[in-house]
Amino acid sequence: MNQSQTAKSIFLPLAVVAAMIALWVVVYASGAFHESAFPSPLAVLRGFGEEMRNGRLINDLITSLFRVSCGFGLAVLLGIPMGLWVGLKLGARLAFLPIINFFRNLSPLAWMPFAILWFGVGDAPAIFLIFLAAIFPVILATMAAVANIPTVYFRVAQDYGLVGLEQLTQVTVPAIMPQLITTLRVTAGLSWLVVVAAEMIAGRDGLGFAVMDSRNGLRTDLLVVEMIVIGLIGIVIDRLLVQLTRIPSVRWGYER
Amino acid sequence: MNGNALELKKLSRSFGTLDVLRELSLEIKSGEFVAVVGPSGCGKTTLLNLLSGYDQPSSGVITREGQVRMVYQQDGLFPWLTVAENIALGLRQIKNEMERTRQINEMVRLIRLEGFERHYPHQLSGGMRQRVELARALAGEADILLLDEPFSALDYLTRLRMRQELARILHERPLTVALVTHDIEEAAQLADRVIVLSERPAQVRSEFWIEVPRPRDLTHPKVVNAIHRVLAEMGIEKDSEFTLSKTT
Repeated sequence: MNQSQTAKSIFLPLAVVAAMIALWVVVYASGAFHESAFPSPLAVLRGFGEEMRNGRLINDLITSLFRVSCGFGLAVLLGIPMGLWVGLKLGARLAFLPIINFFRNLSPLAWMPFAILWFGVGDAPAIFLIFLAAIFPVILATMAAVANIPTVYFRVAQDYGLVGLEQLTQVTVPAIMPQLITTLRVTAGLSWLVVVAAEMIAGRDGLGFAVMDSRNGLRTDLLVVEMIVIGLIGIVIDRLLVQLTRIPSVRWGYER
Repeated sequence: MNGNALELKKLSRSFGTLDVLRELSLEIKSGEFVAVVGPSGCGKTTLLNLLSGYDQPSSGVITREGQVRMVYQQDGLFPWLTVAENIALGLRQIKNEMERTRQINEMVRLIRLEGFERHYPHQLSGGMRQRVELARALAGEADILLLDEPFSALDYLTRLRMRQELARILHERPLTVALVTHDIEEAAQLADRVIVLSERPAQVRSEFWIEVPRPRDLTHPKVVNAIHRVLAEMGIEKDSEFTLSKTT
């Protein structure tokens, strides 16, 4: 990007945000909604200050991030090996693909009642739901990526004595890395969506619980604060994972 | 093993009812450079897969003396490894780090890619990539080199240069080579023996010896003559008594 493009990439989004805030002010001033149902930007700003002072927002944020890290981390840790296995072994694929597809299409939120029955409220049910939401897409994407590795790579691997574990770590895994990183971005976003939903029902803290709590207290100003934080953190998570695409040995997957 | 690096005895390969090779017999002497040409679809790739051990014959016996390395037609470089790392794959048996680095540098110099050691394949042109692929196969202790249209992706002048390079390398480090190609020029300029396969099911239709030391000029009379004879054998050029009478 040259200098004027860099300037545009900063200025243009800011202009859109400013326009949205302006629209917000206009709708608020028009009186179309009652103030209790439609907070002003100023009230939201004040609410933000209040939340920062009492520290609740930060605590909820940390709680939610912890749950996502656990659930998503577990899903990746188990999902990638399972995806590799299902992708490399035809028998495993035949046996497990239908059931994986079944669970992949089952909204993790449908598990909510069981999550509460089994794990009560708190960290465990949220982590369980995030795990369920993330693991099946990870397995399926890993499997598909493995199935798409050009045969010539395996032939070359064999020619140069890369077999067994060496083949797995030096050929199969690097060959799917670019697609894997894309999958991680998608499922991390999914996990962030699920944690809010899970905490709304099965939480006593976390951003989802904060949303529910603000609703119950009719604090629509805080509701907006929380919505903004949830959205912004989602962007931050994705931006962090995008950094993985800068690793030199995966660039090939994005430049061809 | 009576000086043969590769021996095929009555080799047949069929896929279902399709006979691709039928009782093909062939001997390649150690250090010999053999080119296999033939009409497209005649089973050249199948033959190569059998030679490399990737595919098994339906019947018949293959004997290989030494380590076989193959250079692939499509891009077989690992895109996640740099030029140097790809070449290093061919040197895995060398445990000494310094010796390996020295040999990598030697191969890089050989293919004239100095300064590109840390580049990734997607940062190179198609021709440069194929040169790296050749370097990877030649690196280390390969005894038999299988080439599957190795230079077909290169531009004409680079292709000519690569033939000279290959000739020079083989002079320095004698190796048995089986080249499968559509490029009859390439076959005639490089090979000690050109084998013309018949239509499917492939059998040896005829073979020509070209007894001119390498590197040879493409326009060397005997090379030109060999091209003519192969083309005539394949029914593309008319065989003329005049050229035949001048052959060895």
